[in-house]
Order: sequence, then structure tokens, then C-alpha cells
Amino acid sequence: MQITAELKADTAEPIIRAVGLSRHFQLGGPLVRRTLHAVDDFDLTIGANEIVALVGESGSGKSTVARLLARVYRPTSGQILYHGRPLAQMRSRRQRLDYAARVPMVFQDPYGSLSPVYRVSHGIMRALKLHRPELSHAQRDQEAARILRSVGLSPPLEFLNKFPYELSGGQRQRIGFAQALACRPELILADEPVSMLDVSVRIGVLNLMADLRRNEGISFLYITHDIASARYVADRLVVMYAGRIAEAGPAEDVLANPKHPYTQLLLSAVPDPRAPISLPATSDVAEPPRVINPTEGCRFRWRCPYAIERCSVETPLLRPLRPAHEAACHVAT
Amino acid sequence: MIATRPVLEVNDLVVEYGSVRAVDRVSLAVAPGEFLAIVGESGCGKSTLLFAIARLLSPPARIVSGDVHFQGKDMVTLDEDELRHVRWRHYSVVMQSAMNALNPVLTIGAQLRDAIKAHEDMRDSKIRARSEEVMRLVGIDPVHLKSFPHQLSGGMRQRSMIAMALVFTPELVIMDEPTSALDVVAQRSLMLQIKELQKKIGFAAIFVTHDMSLVSHFSDRLAVMYAGQVMEIGPTNKVFSDPKHPYSSGLLGSFPSIRGPRQALAGIPGSPPDLAHPPPGCRFHPRCPQVMPHCKTIEPPFYQREDVDIRCHLYADNR
Repeated sequence: MQITAELKADTAEPIIRAVGLSRHFQLGGPLVRRTLHAVDDFDLTIGANEIVALVGESGSGKSTVARLLARVYRPTSGQILYHGRPLAQMRSRRQRLDYAARVPMVFQDPYGSLSPVYRVSHGIMRALKLHRPELSHAQRDQEAARILRSVGLSPPLEFLNKFPYELSGGQRQRIGFAQALACRPELILADEPVSMLDVSVRIGVLNLMADLRRNEGISFLYITHDIASARYVADRLVVMYAGRIAEAGPAEDVLANPKHPYTQLLLSAVPDPRAPISLPATSDVAEPPRVINPTEGCRFRWRCPYAIERCSVETPLLRPLRPAHEAACHVAT
Repeated sequence: MIATRPVLEVNDLVVEYGSVRAVDRVSLAVAPGEFLAIVGESGCGKSTLLFAIARLLSPPARIVSGDVHFQGKDMVTLDEDELRHVRWRHYSVVMQSAMNALNPVLTIGAQLRDAIKAHEDMRDSKIRARSEEVMRLVGIDPVHLKSFPHQLSGGMRQRSMIAMALVFTPELVIMDEPTSALDVVAQRSLMLQIKELQKKIGFAAIFVTHDMSLVSHFSDRLAVMYAGQVMEIGPTNKVFSDPKHPYSSGLLGSFPSIRGPRQALAGIPGSPPDLAHPPPGCRFHPRCPQVMPHCKTIEPPFYQREDVDIRCHLYADNR
């Protein structure tokens, strides 16, 4: 597995490259036309054997990005390239099925995303039958057992025969990953996979993602609002604010040298018992991002302590400030 | 340990849902002006405990035994009529989700008026003045008394819930995860505001949360709950700097940090027990890294180390 991962890394094209991705939603009736800009000008590359964390508060558009990549939504503009091929050109069922298998999604809610009337084996076997038709019946059983062991559910035969109600939240989320693994994925889109789990079992699921990357060479897009957990597993961080990328770069570098004022605010607000309290009292009004019919200009300017005139007339573009580290801010240096 | 008479005292409280014991012999005390945080995972009984204290339980939940002394009254035995005189005037509750706790078709002002009228006969002009006062107190412009909940941001909704709880300047405010629906920035500013209000008005607070790190800088004392029981209770800084119960230290070790070196964390293996069939002996023993043979059969009592009470055999006196 390690070898194939390295081979893939050698090819020039990353698994996923999103270029200028935007998704708008129309709101209101025929008379009042309003457009919600969920995602605007979003660029992202995810290479082989890489964990990228997409961090943002609720409403920042991070889940919309996952749904665009999973082909749940069509982009309003921009495109997604899978190994260099535009997704929009994939027309045949076979191609789309193949993409769905190579880039599956794991959902936030482990209680709602498993059907209560089927045993655990159902979802995994279905994926195996559909996406790996070359396997015989016996091989499928073997493969299902191997997958369950790799997500830390053992003995596998016992778990395969359970119903979701017999499992805890953490175990259900592991089943979610097992279903994704059954398709032999290159990249798993994990949309807040731990936010509904108990605090004491979250780390286990984060460690599972790190293990799957190490042992099976699978890449992850880890979507979260929790920047500390993003740092824990990810190589790169992409911080989103109001549908746009505020800052992107190597995880440690973004945390050590946050350039965008929003990233700085986010980091200062993270509760950390091991550090003294750092945010001055109620300096921030914490207004939600305005993304309905947005005007030109930086979307963070209303909350930004450093806003200058230029911020309200010109939308800042991402520009490199450190090696491999970019921020969309007129002021940051 | 508490010099003054506690405003709230809970002794051996037991709450059951049918045959499931959700709160098992919980005792705690809150001094005037004190901030007590109760942390625990979902299903550990922390919300049930709050609801029992506030007498908000509805069937099938019932208080089986134990008592709750609030300002010298036994809350468990008060009937609805007597309760009405205490509720909201002397203690109030801030619910978890302001989105659901506020009425979507009434303005904030109308809801404040309702809350005031239910507990005191006050003239309209006085109600308006008091409403404006509490809104200013929580940092919301009083023009929002005319706003509907959907017109406010999540943080403002939660702050108007707190405004409502402070209408009668109660001695105790009970808060059930008031920040859990907010993002980190709004969460932090709300916590700072709660703390500031507490300093200004002097109410005692019970704050329930699943996020241990959130309360580290805000609470005076911390109670860690697991499977319906308090496992460790003591001054917050002591519990954080030197967690004694293996569950507390496991929980603290489950939070990745944004500072310092990146280190692998283990979390706690397994998952919380089903309260319908709690494990015998210590309830944490199936997940405990320091389990001893007698943990599986004998339930540990509380042992004291300095100001901290720990329900764990590791601290038995003969060791």
C-alpha cells in the first residue's frame, strides 16, 4: 500500500484540484432575489497521502465545499479536477461510480447516517459488490473482516452482524469509515466526523484517520470547526471565513505564524487549560459572516481590528506571505 | 471548605427514569457567588441533575431520594405553588439551545414581559424599563426588544436568554451548556461576559458543559461526572493541574492543544456505559487504565486529598 501511495505522489497531478470554485444559492421568491454566496473563488489541492483540514465556523461554507467535491452540488462556477480530469466531463455512470468510490464521504451524524434496519454488514457488502465486482463471495467476507479490523472493530464477524442500535457513537462512526474504505478510496471527505462524538472517544477516531493514512496511504479532507483537532491530524490547514479562504498553509506554520486577523482571532479564542487566557474581554462582537448579496471587499472587515479603507472596496486575494503559506488580507505582512 | 452558608446544597440526590438511574447519590454545595462547573460526556446525567435541582423534571424522570436545599428550603418537597415564588426570582435557568428555548413568533421584549408577569405584578412602564436595563447589562442594544429571535445572531440569542434569567437578579443561575451551539469566538466572548456579570451582580452559577477546557479559566470549582456519579470534585485549578481520578485525567488528555509540541493522545478506550446496566463496582473500571481487582466488585466511596474529593480506590486511606 505504501508503495502505491508513493507512486501516486510521483505523478504530477494531485488527486483533487479545485480551481475558482463557487457555489451560490438563490433565496427568496420571484420578486425578492437574493443570492447566498456559500463558497466563492475556492482553490484547493489535495495530494496523495495527505491530510488537509478545512477549518471554519458554522456558515463559513466548509460543508458546501465537501458536497461540491462529493458531487452532491454542482458548482456555480469554477471546476474540480480529479487527477487532472474535470469532473464536469464525467458523464457515464461507470465514471461517476468510480469517482464516488475513490472519493467517498463520511458524515457528521453517526446516528442518522446508518440505516437502522440493516446490519452493519449491509453497507460494507453493498459497497464491495458495487465497486469491486471482481471479488468472489468468500473474498468479500474476508475483505469485510479486514476492513473492520483496520477501523479498530474486532472481532469483525461479531460487529458485522450487529445492528446500528447495538453500537456506540464512536463505533458507528468507525462503521462510517469502514463503508468508505470498502470502496478502496484515495481520498475520504470527512465532514465533522467527530463533532457529535463523546469527548473521550473523539481522539480515537482522529487517531484512526492518522492510522489509515499511514497504513493505507489514504488522503483526507478533514472538515472541522475545532482548530486544535485540525492541528492534531492535518498536514495543511485551510481556514475559511464567509465562503472564502482566509488563510492556508502548513498546519504548524499557520498556528505559529497566523497571518490573517481571523485566524489570529480564532486561535486566541480556543479554550486551552494549559495556557493563560489571552483574549481581551468582549472586544469582538462575533457577528456572523454576511454572505447574502455580498459586496466587494473583505468579508471580515466588520470584525477586523486592522481594517483599512481598501478592505471595503477591494476583495483581498490569497497571496504568499511565507513558504507555502498564503493569506487573503490587505494588511497582513 | 465553604466558609459561608451555601446557597445550594444537594445531598445524595437520586434521579431515575423508570428503572434507569441517571443521577446516583450526587452531593454538592454552591457558595454564594461561586461558579461551579459540572463536566461530563453525553448521557452522564449532568443535565438530569440540573433539571432535578431546578425542579424541571417531567415524568418518567423522578427524584427517588435525597434532598436539594436552596436558601434553606427543601426544593424536593415544594409544591408548584410554593415553587412559583422561588423560581425565576431566586434562581433561574439558561437552556442549552436558545434557538429552541425562545419562542420564534414573539419578540424578545414580549418574552421578557411574559417572564416578568408570570412572577411579579409589575406595571408596563416598569417592565419596559427593567427589560431595557437587563438587555444593556448583557450588551445588547435595547432596540432589539422589538426584534424576533431569528433576527438575532446565535450569540445575541444566547445573551438575551441570559438577560431573561437575570430579570429578578436571582441568587443562583443554572446554565445548561449555554455556549454549545456557538462557534469558538462567540463562545469565548459569552463566557467572559457571564463571568463579568457574575462579578457585577454576584449570583452563584452552576454551569454544565461537556467541554472541560471551556471552563478551565472561569469556574471556581469543578465536578467531573461519569455514568450518573460525581467522580471528582474540587477547586478547578487543582483538578486541572493535577487530575486525580483516572477518568478526569483521561478526559483532560483527550483534548489536543494548539500550543506546544504536537503529541499523540490516547483518549479513553471504550465508551461510556449504558446506565440501564451499569458495571458493578466502580463504574469506570472497564475503561480504567489503573484498574485493580477490587474495583470490579466494590464501589469506591469518596476519598479526600486536600480540597478534592475523589471516588476512586487509588486514594484509599490505607495505601
